[in-house]
Amino acid sequence: MLKDITIGQYFPMDSAVHKLDARFKIVITAVFIVMIFSADSFLSLGLAFLFFVIAFAASKLSPKLILKSMKPIIPIIIFTSVLNIFFIDGVTVFQIWKIRITDNGLITSGYMIIRLIALICGSSLLTYTTSPIVLTDAIEQMMKPLGKLHFPVHELAMMMTIALRFIPTLIEETDKIMSAQKARGADMDSGTLIERAKALVPIIIPLFVSSFRRAEELALAMECRCYNGGEGRTKLKSLVSGGSDYAALCLSLLFLCGVMIIDMGRVVL
Amino acid sequence: MDNIISAKDLMFYYSEPSEEEQDNGQEENKVLVFEDLNLSIEKGSFTVILGHNGCGKSTFAKHTNAILLPCGGKMTAAGFDTSDESRLFDIRKHIGMVFQNPDNQIVASVVEEDVAFALENMGVPPEEMRVRVDEALKAVGMYEYREHSPSQLSGGQKQRVAIAGIIAMKPDCIVLDEPTAMLDPAGRREVMKTIKRLNRENGVTIVLITHYMDEAAQADRVVVMDSGRVILDNTPSEVFSHVEKLREVGLDVPQSTQLMYLLRENGRKDADTHIITEEECADFLERLLRGE
Repeated sequence: MLKDITIGQYFPMDSAVHKLDARFKIVITAVFIVMIFSADSFLSLGLAFLFFVIAFAASKLSPKLILKSMKPIIPIIIFTSVLNIFFIDGVTVFQIWKIRITDNGLITSGYMIIRLIALICGSSLLTYTTSPIVLTDAIEQMMKPLGKLHFPVHELAMMMTIALRFIPTLIEETDKIMSAQKARGADMDSGTLIERAKALVPIIIPLFVSSFRRAEELALAMECRCYNGGEGRTKLKSLVSGGSDYAALCLSLLFLCGVMIIDMGRVVL
Repeated sequence: MDNIISAKDLMFYYSEPSEEEQDNGQEENKVLVFEDLNLSIEKGSFTVILGHNGCGKSTFAKHTNAILLPCGGKMTAAGFDTSDESRLFDIRKHIGMVFQNPDNQIVASVVEEDVAFALENMGVPPEEMRVRVDEALKAVGMYEYREHSPSQLSGGQKQRVAIAGIIAMKPDCIVLDEPTAMLDPAGRREVMKTIKRLNRENGVTIVLITHYMDEAAQADRVVVMDSGRVILDNTPSEVFSHVEKLREVGLDVPQSTQLMYLLRENGRKDADTHIITEEECADFLERLLRGE
């Protein structure tokens, strides 16, 4: 059951989006997020969404994936939109007893839903089309200037790499420990919430102990392979940017301008 | 012949906290591992170190590439004194080390990235790195898996990736600390085949620490350790002929030797306990049964 976890899942494919430089993809995703949060009308939001649709079509991924990535955030979407509907003042559209729904409430929650969905879509597209290792590399490179301020850029990137590497290993281990505890009569699926939380203790403690042991062995193995921090390190694969990367960035900026012009036009009118 | 690793009067102890303090009432809690260990490994050889748990074989392995430093005596590896800290990375470049659990020595989540890890640390230029990574992966027969994630591989395959990560450094010597202990029989065979090929074809010195007697039987030289001392040191067939002595220190002998030993015990004076391989054993039995 733990095997279904999809954190930062990557779907390798041969597409224009997959081939983009990861650094540019991160920047473009940021531009997209700015777009959806600066958009102030349904028309400009629609334009921002069109940008996503173009990018998604170029990635050749199956639309089902986006629906799947949406699943875990449905409760959040419902929760925030319900709050917005009931608690924002405006012209009353509908009223039962003390509960009233206003036009502003409806509009704001509409925006909220679209923005949340767009946010998840955009960031999912980034992780679906970029392998975690490349993503880590890109983040390391983008943060390199911070190294001058003694910010531990390389160490952070190394930690991320190792964390990504050990996710499957630790999931497998958790599965094993759970089976072992079940075999000893542990009951994890019934009882009150507190009882179930307590039942997790015999799983978490062995997992922690073994993680520490693994960490120690890994550190030893890394030392044996001449690991000496980030200084003087080279990379097997370095990130290269080309014309298509700049073109994609320009396209995203163009859409951002479009969004802003629409909204400004609305303000002026 | 040149020695790539040599320990002279090596002394080492762990300083243990509390627990044992009350037990033996010593002022200093020194758990002595070696008192005066003398052991040299010849360049290009395939040496197996055998011994019961806690005999000091892993501790010796950790001395070979300066993970542990001697408390007394002298340890030389690849021509450098291991206590010379300025030579630390030179030593580790020359003496590679592979551990028991392949999961805990793979750093990256793509096979080829992991093999490149040591080279990245050493600052090898990317073009040369590419060539060396490919060579290393081919040497262990994992080239087709270069873009896989280690979690998709079997134990034996993971261990071969770990070995490739060491080979990429082009070390003169590889020390393997029970590399097959966590593998299934198929994985063990894969790893042993790889180790033997590296020794024969690439001339890499191999020091293999193991619990498996059939693996020891494939070496040029077997060193048996007990309580921090070398008690037997010779060719496999010579070492395994000392069946009683091995039993005393809690070790088995290969099954063929065991059979020969039992035949001899029961009156077949011509049964030779120097026989260690199954082929030799089968030949002997054939002759015996034909009444020659």
